[in-house]
Amino acid sequence: MDMKKTISSELPKISRRKFLVGSAAAGGGLALGFSLPFGIGDAAAQSGAAASEVNIWVVVQPDDTCVIRIARAEMGQGTLTGLAQLVAEELECDWKKVKTEQITAGQNLARKRAWGDMSTSGSRGIRQSHDYVRRGGAAARMMLMQAAADGWNVPVGELTVANGVISHAASKRKISYGKVAAAAAKLTPPDPKGITLKPVKDWKIAGKGLRRLDTADKLNGKKIYAIDLKLPSMLHATVKDCPVFGGKLVSFDDSKVKGMPGVKAVMKVNDTTVAVVADTWWRAKKAMDVLPIVWDEGPNAKVNSASIAEHLKTGLTGSDAFAQIDTGDAPKAIAAAAKKIEAVYSVPFTSHTAMEPMNCTVRLLQDKAEIWIPTQSLEASLAALSSASGMPLEKCEAHVMDLGGGFGRRIGNQDVVRQGVAIAKAFPSFPVKMVWTREEDQAHDFYRPIAQARLAAGVDEKGNLAGLHIRVSGQSINAFANPAAIKDGKDIRQLQGLWPTLEGDAQIGYTHANLRTEYAMRNTHLPVGPWRGVNTNQNGIFMECFMDEVARLANRDPLEFRRSLMSERPKHLGVLNAVADKAGWGKPLPAGRFRGIAQFMGYGSYSAAVAEVSVSPKGEVKVHRCVFALDCGNVVNPDQTAAQIEGSVAYGMTTLHSEISVENGRVVETNFNNFRVMKIAEMPKVETVLVPTGDFWGGVGEPTICVVVPAILNAIHAATGKPVRSLPLSKQGLTLV
Amino acid sequence: MAKLNINGRTYNVDVEPDTPLLWTIREHVGLTGTKYGCGVAQCGACSVHLNGNVVRSCSIPVSAIKAGDKITTIEGLSRDSSHPVQKAWAAIDVPQCGYCQSGQIMAAAALLAKKPKPTDQDIDDAMTNICRCGTYHRIRAAVHMAAGNTKAKAKVAGTDAAPSDKTTV
Repeated sequence: MDMKKTISSELPKISRRKFLVGSAAAGGGLALGFSLPFGIGDAAAQSGAAASEVNIWVVVQPDDTCVIRIARAEMGQGTLTGLAQLVAEELECDWKKVKTEQITAGQNLARKRAWGDMSTSGSRGIRQSHDYVRRGGAAARMMLMQAAADGWNVPVGELTVANGVISHAASKRKISYGKVAAAAAKLTPPDPKGITLKPVKDWKIAGKGLRRLDTADKLNGKKIYAIDLKLPSMLHATVKDCPVFGGKLVSFDDSKVKGMPGVKAVMKVNDTTVAVVADTWWRAKKAMDVLPIVWDEGPNAKVNSASIAEHLKTGLTGSDAFAQIDTGDAPKAIAAAAKKIEAVYSVPFTSHTAMEPMNCTVRLLQDKAEIWIPTQSLEASLAALSSASGMPLEKCEAHVMDLGGGFGRRIGNQDVVRQGVAIAKAFPSFPVKMVWTREEDQAHDFYRPIAQARLAAGVDEKGNLAGLHIRVSGQSINAFANPAAIKDGKDIRQLQGLWPTLEGDAQIGYTHANLRTEYAMRNTHLPVGPWRGVNTNQNGIFMECFMDEVARLANRDPLEFRRSLMSERPKHLGVLNAVADKAGWGKPLPAGRFRGIAQFMGYGSYSAAVAEVSVSPKGEVKVHRCVFALDCGNVVNPDQTAAQIEGSVAYGMTTLHSEISVENGRVVETNFNNFRVMKIAEMPKVETVLVPTGDFWGGVGEPTICVVVPAILNAIHAATGKPVRSLPLSKQGLTLV
Repeated sequence: MAKLNINGRTYNVDVEPDTPLLWTIREHVGLTGTKYGCGVAQCGACSVHLNGNVVRSCSIPVSAIKAGDKITTIEGLSRDSSHPVQKAWAAIDVPQCGYCQSGQIMAAAALLAKKPKPTDQDIDDAMTNICRCGTYHRIRAAVHMAAGNTKAKAKVAGTDAAPSDKTTV
């Protein structure tokens, strides 16, 4: 069997000159009838006008269009619009004339990372850049006003500005931003530190539920995702990685597919992966489907979900756990309590399953390497492009394409970049677009870690908590992805949401004299990674569902019982009270309907939810209504914040339906026929109350997901009298309808 | 070789007969608004209209298209995004990442063509497309709005702090 790459001689014969001409035409965006992301300057180039870069964040065109530069990735979460609102607020421009453009990683690098961190994860897009982007907007406004003052020869203090028009009342003169931008661009920018930002109460653009800036092209097919990219002479590839993690590619028989229409090459990508390259993706995929491949399935070929569960179970009692919170003596207090309860919970692996399958387009020229990719970390993609291609960083360029969903899948591990580059190396100067099948996407994710927990509590005669002991056992993301982050063998990341202090932005909402939290690491052979909300998902279920069990043991209302432990957590308590109020906690419900409540913290924001469910005698669970309260400190766009909360309901509720299970070392659920995703019929009514306290900046995209499932499970518990301690619901004979 | 009528234009495409309609549209006709999501007719990202009925183009071989069949993709739903579904989608800001929305819009347009005043149950039955961002809440409201239910906007969300329809800047 031929393990060497076989490049077809049918490659399009084009001269380098012709190729470059073709590329240039594509770069202009006109040749192909749509705009390609070739970095900053696009918007100006398309308008055909000379635009002035006032500063790195703001470019003003002669027609007064303000192009606001965006350094973070847009994957649906609305960051692009929110960041533009923040810049525009200080810029005092006309919101109707705002456009945005994405910077590239190469541009950021060339300017010594002037735009700061480009990664978009941990719900940080806005909360970590709000200050400097607002200063950027303010600095641009000051420069534009100074330019007008210089032109009129009046003190800048006599000028006012509104909607991008600068006025001098005394002389009744007015001038728009577009007219002074060129002069402003020549001025020395003010020291950002000396700029006073507007108080939030004076916001007119930020803080409002403005329509998104990026909706129009999503309604008519015009939006170009990375999977849609067309470049001249483009080739198409698809890959298959060894279905068993830890296995290897042994051989493949390309004689079976070489003669198939359009097939250019069948090649080894790396030790575990094979690729088919063709003139269209469908032809590549069709050949891959029939390509005989021999795998060495390696040491994990017999691992299955049951053996993984047994492995995790040893962590529930093993002596290797460490305690992060250890106040008083929880085990002793529980042992001595009047009433006690112990429960074991388990949460399976799950997959990201973004709607746009993993993909990238790579073009390796003699002196340049380029990639177009839907990535949450463009700079990581650039670095991976450089290391995989061997091209120095300064000769690499990475363009982000707005993502067809991210959810954490497209952050740290740049697996597709390495694959894409390896394939493109066989086709110098040809752009190669590699697209995974859905099956590949499901089978080679970096899954949300599997976890179990043993929880124990005691209550005294008066129904007060005597002690609480939480032991989490499960896979560590850091152990797989970033071992250096584990200090002294203690991976506190897996206790996210149960942390004792605000450091890390995910503090436990309860304090008690006898409280112990522990983690025992139990890794598996599956790759794991961050999944929207990360470890607050499992820990929220463990903590909040068990809290209901303890309240029940104490014969106390779950809301009132929680409140009794939250006197030192005013913000956690604030959202809990707000949601209870909005949901009408304690008020009568229609017959057969039951409520559940939960609160938890993640990503710097405080979340609480109340769910209303009914459960039929056949075990059909209907979630009727979910009410949320969120304190994210400051709200940049309340409508998009609500959209993120609605989205978190759907993303969270899919885990009631589905899991990623393992058989013979490989993932079982490889497409939507066996990985059941929540659909519109199951979607409850969602109501949101935003209670920003104003004194901090928290995240929005991830925080609320950790209360979705526990609130629903607690409502099911209320309906059936039985706690739900493991997911998906099918394990309890329940189905979501 | 296949002859296809897409969005009122005739295309002659050189494809193998088993090529799915989806990939014919995307790679040979060059219209990329119709998306690949699963390839097994489960997610609906590839939804197009075939003679007015919504179909999942990933699972229809191009050979199954008969002479005279009329195919409409998202690009052909309206010339200027003026279809009531597109307008409602814009008014309510339905899309998040947007990847599934071509399919959602085509499914909604087909539903409304058959049932101009759909009930929630009609929506549940017809709108089986997958959205991972979770825009379902707004899709329901937008379908009602496109059907002429003017209260749909108010129903979209109970966000106390969201003055989205009151704010003009």
